[in-house]
Amino acid sequence: MGLAKRIIPCLDVDNGRVVKGVQFVDIRDAGDPLEVAKRYDEQGADEITFLDITASSDNRETMVHVVEEVAGQVFIPLTVGGGIRTVEDIRRMLNAGADKVAINTAAVFNPEFVREAADKFGSQCIVVAIDAKCVSDVSQGNGENKRWEIFTHGGRKPTGIDAIEWAKKMVDYGAGEILLTSMDRDGTKVGFDLELTRAVSDAVTVPVIASGGVGELKHLAEGVTEGRADAVLAASIFHFGEHSIEEAKRAMAAAGVEVRL
Amino acid sequence: MNTIAVIDYGMGNLHSVAKALEHVPGDHQVLVTSDVGQILAADRVVLPGVGAMRDCMSELKRLKLDTVVKQVADSGRPLLGVCVGMQAMLEHSAENGGVECLGLFSGTVEPFPTDLRDPLNAQRLKVPHMGWNQVDQTMPHPMWENILPDTRFYFVHSYYAQPAGPEPVAGSVVYGFPFVAAIAKENIFAVQFHPEKSAQAGLRLYANFVQWNGHP
Repeated sequence: MGLAKRIIPCLDVDNGRVVKGVQFVDIRDAGDPLEVAKRYDEQGADEITFLDITASSDNRETMVHVVEEVAGQVFIPLTVGGGIRTVEDIRRMLNAGADKVAINTAAVFNPEFVREAADKFGSQCIVVAIDAKCVSDVSQGNGENKRWEIFTHGGRKPTGIDAIEWAKKMVDYGAGEILLTSMDRDGTKVGFDLELTRAVSDAVTVPVIASGGVGELKHLAEGVTEGRADAVLAASIFHFGEHSIEEAKRAMAAAGVEVRL
Repeated sequence: MNTIAVIDYGMGNLHSVAKALEHVPGDHQVLVTSDVGQILAADRVVLPGVGAMRDCMSELKRLKLDTVVKQVADSGRPLLGVCVGMQAMLEHSAENGGVECLGLFSGTVEPFPTDLRDPLNAQRLKVPHMGWNQVDQTMPHPMWENILPDTRFYFVHSYYAQPAGPEPVAGSVVYGFPFVAAIAKENIFAVQFHPEKSAQAGLRLYANFVQWNGHP
């Protein structure tokens, strides 16, 4: 009895269309963000995250329309990430109906941007997205001194910044939530990097969303029970029709995790 | 036609509130407005809110909407407070070093303690209180109609209301300790959670508001 752990499906949006092959059996136009968002809402998604993968300025207008359309018909929290660089970007997304924005690269280049955004709009709508990769040589020693560093530009550019220190700093600057993606696990389907997730979750006072690596339903519960995440984010496990959100929630409940059913 | 004024004082997602109200059945018109005349002429009024209390109260005062909200409260017309809109209805908030609020309810708004823990297992709880939590309907009220006991609503907040009474708490929620999820007095009903982000349960609450005559 209490606060439920959240399941958040993530939709990659390119020029107003959901990409990465969303396949629902009974949806004809699988690439329509509204259709997909409605379906996830019906299945019991706790929030929905849209990731603008092109994030060019031309595309920004399209994304605003997507958010407007979805927010008029889907009444659960919506987060928008990808290319959020200015206070004006945030204002437009919030006015369109987004509840939160996820800031990644722009925070690394200018941490003050996070402070300014949190001051202006409140911490509750500022998510800092962190892409972390393990940089310690795990073949040496017992792995207790594992380190992770953050990468920008979709995980392509190293920064040399320690992921845990960065997460703490972003919370000090006003981030209300951390979206943590393991670059090592992203796309592997072998499960979250639970050590990384736990290390970050224990280090910060705000909720942490685990991301990267979900391939089976049991991975979702592990993110909470072992990774101590407050929410879990996944894409392909839901998109390809392998599992519904409802199935995922039942699996989490069976593993002893409190969920909204 | 029935009109519902959603008070626009520049704070965050009032459009989500308006969209949810437009979505529920009924012959009503939703106005997102800061116009004193429109608000005072509306059949029902919603005071929404996200963000910091200092900005919230200073904007309400600048637009002279603080007195308008009090007039609506006194008029007997249904008035709904949402999240920071609810917190603004108490007397004082500890946010931003202390802010005087509207005082429609006696009591204060306090921050969650640092090192908030689950009393059952001593696990540390994150702040903000963010996500879907169960609301215990502590009294019957027309606003709870057709909403099952312990239904989950979506919360996101770092401060909580501590009413001094005697106004009845209409709903409570537990996060580390029990606190107010909804408070009610005569024609006023106010919720800490976001009905506009609480899927079917939240839409039901707005549908109830559209029907509510302002009597508890």
